[in-house]
Amino acid sequence: MPVGNEVKPKTAWPELAEIIGKENLHAATTADACEGVTPQMIAEPGTAEDLARALRWAHDAGLKVTPRAGGTKLGWGNPPAACDLVLSTARLHRVLEHAWADMTVIVEAGCRVAALQKTLAEHGQQLALDPLWPERATIGGILSTNDSGPLRVRYGSLRDLIIGITVALPDGTLAKSGGKVVKNVAGYDLAKLFTGALGTLGVIVQAIFRLHPLPRERRSLSFSGAPQALNQLLLSILGSKLVPTGLQLRAEPGQAQLDVRFDGTTAGIEAQVKQLHQIAGGSALPTDSPAGAWTSHQSIWDGPTPALVAKFCVLPSHFAAICELFERTARAHSSAWRMVVQSVGAGYGRLEGNEPALRTALLALRGEIANMGGSIVVLSSPLAVKRGLDVWGPPCDAQPLTVRVKQRFDPDGTLNPGRFVGGI
Amino acid sequence: MDARILNEFRAIVGATGLITEPEQLSTYECDGLTMFRVMPLAVLLPTSAEQVQAVVRVCHREKIPFVARGSGTGLSGGALPVANGIVISLARMNRILEVDLPNQRVVVEPGVMNLNVTARVAPDGYFYAPDPSSQQVCSIGGNVAENSGGAHCLKYGFTTTHVLGMEVVLPDGSLVHLGDRTVDHPGYDLTGVFVGSEGTLGIATKVILRIMKKPEVIQVLLAAFNSTNEAGAAVSGIIAAGMLPAAIEMMDNLAIQAAEAAVHANYPDCGGLLLVELDGPAPEVETLMDEVADVCTKCGAWEIRVAQSDAERARVWTGRKAAFAAVGRISPAYIVQDGVIPRTALPHVMSEIVRLSSECGLRVANVFHAGDGNLHPLVLYDDAVPGQDKLAEKLAGDILRLCIKAGGSITGEHGVGEEKKMFMAEMYTEPDLGTMQLVRCAFDPENLSNPDKVFPRPRLCGEKPGVYEPHPLEVAGVAQRF
Repeated sequence: MPVGNEVKPKTAWPELAEIIGKENLHAATTADACEGVTPQMIAEPGTAEDLARALRWAHDAGLKVTPRAGGTKLGWGNPPAACDLVLSTARLHRVLEHAWADMTVIVEAGCRVAALQKTLAEHGQQLALDPLWPERATIGGILSTNDSGPLRVRYGSLRDLIIGITVALPDGTLAKSGGKVVKNVAGYDLAKLFTGALGTLGVIVQAIFRLHPLPRERRSLSFSGAPQALNQLLLSILGSKLVPTGLQLRAEPGQAQLDVRFDGTTAGIEAQVKQLHQIAGGSALPTDSPAGAWTSHQSIWDGPTPALVAKFCVLPSHFAAICELFERTARAHSSAWRMVVQSVGAGYGRLEGNEPALRTALLALRGEIANMGGSIVVLSSPLAVKRGLDVWGPPCDAQPLTVRVKQRFDPDGTLNPGRFVGGI
Repeated sequence: MDARILNEFRAIVGATGLITEPEQLSTYECDGLTMFRVMPLAVLLPTSAEQVQAVVRVCHREKIPFVARGSGTGLSGGALPVANGIVISLARMNRILEVDLPNQRVVVEPGVMNLNVTARVAPDGYFYAPDPSSQQVCSIGGNVAENSGGAHCLKYGFTTTHVLGMEVVLPDGSLVHLGDRTVDHPGYDLTGVFVGSEGTLGIATKVILRIMKKPEVIQVLLAAFNSTNEAGAAVSGIIAAGMLPAAIEMMDNLAIQAAEAAVHANYPDCGGLLLVELDGPAPEVETLMDEVADVCTKCGAWEIRVAQSDAERARVWTGRKAAFAAVGRISPAYIVQDGVIPRTALPHVMSEIVRLSSECGLRVANVFHAGDGNLHPLVLYDDAVPGQDKLAEKLAGDILRLCIKAGGSITGEHGVGEEKKMFMAEMYTEPDLGTMQLVRCAFDPENLSNPDKVFPRPRLCGEKPGVYEPHPLEVAGVAQRF
């Protein structure tokens, strides 16, 4: 893929340095490369206003911009068609207002998830999410990549927890939508539009979330068995009166586990565990979940390379079929595999093998998952695999509308060009 | 309307699907907010997505504005017709198309009544969570347009939480699918943008809903306090104790009187009544209900009842759900408002409402979704007294300004519609509104779908968006933009 960055005259950068302060503008190194594309400069503005001004400057100068904060998921999406400037939110890291009695928080986009949770825990509260790599991942990053985690089974995903957003657009506009009340239907819900938009519409600079109390008690149990039996048990749990705060199926060649997590009062958890035993019947006895069960969505990223990690979304009744599909596909292409899927139907799968095999395996998986009415999106893979396909899969009939939305927000394709669905 | 176009419409929806007689059209001249009335040129009642699409294509070709309408129960004038346009009623598209219990999905046409979804899946122990008080008559399509809430959205979320995908006819007549049966459909969350867009982005012709399993136990506690401030303190206490009830509702004395007069709910005659519903595993609900009762007692509750059976619970809820209509028993006319405030601002906002009410001599009854700070002040007036309607409108507006000032919103669940669009400019800045308008222009560049609603001054889609530059008179404080 051509990476034809037009190098800007060096004289232009001092203008940007003037906007954000010269100590906040650095030359990029190869460590800043994003899927094979190395930017020229890294800008770290200290305020939302400076960020908006910097973005406008870059847009007017015809530069291509990639927003970044923690950088943990920078490679997600298609490789950028171009990237001249990384616009970092790293210095926008403050928790601006924790209104604990109202159970809301206003936080800047560059705040790391774990740092936010620590602040909230001082009042016994949490942002009810457990995304990937919380020590390093930031609020803007998890929003842009729509990364929620296993807790969504009970509390919903980011789109259900965000109640307000402030964004910077390529023309320098700073705009907000929503507010700091939980219930609000005034105007369009731009927070949802920007959640999962991979920084292609604007740069998120601030978000407001509704919060939940930290659990009083927590207990987690795991069942082992064949994927088919565990899928049945998962459906039985979904169809029961139980209210788990985590419910996931983990599988790898030759073994599978179902993890069930309960939060609440001691009496409530005990009663639910008892019911869980009844639902499972005598044949399957659970044990306490192994350490790491609830971070398996994270450990799936660890292992031998080359490898491909993809997010798939299917209906809960298809989980066993997905396990079987991974098994069959991996066998055909002599690669190893692992997967974990939350009961809402969102999961991660990992395939290990050489580059052509990964590519063929992915296309096989994609075809069969599409037949089930689901989707599979490549998050991480050798560059050669990503370059030969659209990581998002084939666009749907709303693609022309999607393109129009992009054109309205970012008419000149300044932000993350080429990275989103259909190469927009 | 041009006979040629009428004939074309008739060919699409059939003679029984086209209304043009003035006396029949008058049924459609307003929605639940009856103070705004506009007679449409025609009303069309399509029975399929294909018919909706064909009708919209004609509208697009002829530049005829259209307003989609469900059951017409909306309270912000969102389904108010436009004088030179048509109304597309989705009432005849009322089939439940698919029920998938293992995956907890139901696919419906937009004209299906909210409560009919629950009725269909209740025998298997499931329910559809959003429960606006009008749920017996309001439609899913209308709920999608308004992002309807209800008493239980404190715990279960709003319509947007429970809509996974849609089939939509866009204002240019194209048919697209947003979202899907599965979660996290790749691409922009256009479902999330469409829900709550008040009919300004197109017409949903099919909706994929998520249903939920009914909780093991549901209990409602009713507590009587001397004042709404005491009741408000109890709400804060419950939240601070780390509980997330399914619903927390509050009524003041005037609202209680109205409910008693209308449905004899047997509420105690008190200054502030709190209803707290907890649901979940039985032992958990019992433990937490004791804690709720403790908090209420500490905050001054002098009577506490716990309704445990379905029948008792239904009786307790009857008064609350009937409250809006019940106010008709104690006042000839009233305006329902829908402001939202951060919960902690409640005592201040309540005392301000009392002050404003006494200043203008009109009574205000208050019904709140107290858990999430959604106020429903009912401004009572006599429409037979000249000028009192204007006074009531002003008071209702002042209450909304109080909500904005407290960091809240002008609408929690009724929508902006026709009624509150002028307040949008007080809640949001020009760049905020301009950015929302970008979405509008992507979906409906010709401003045909429910035009002139929600936004105070629709920006033409040809206008170049850009950083808002205030007029020198604004900078000087001489003029203000509305």
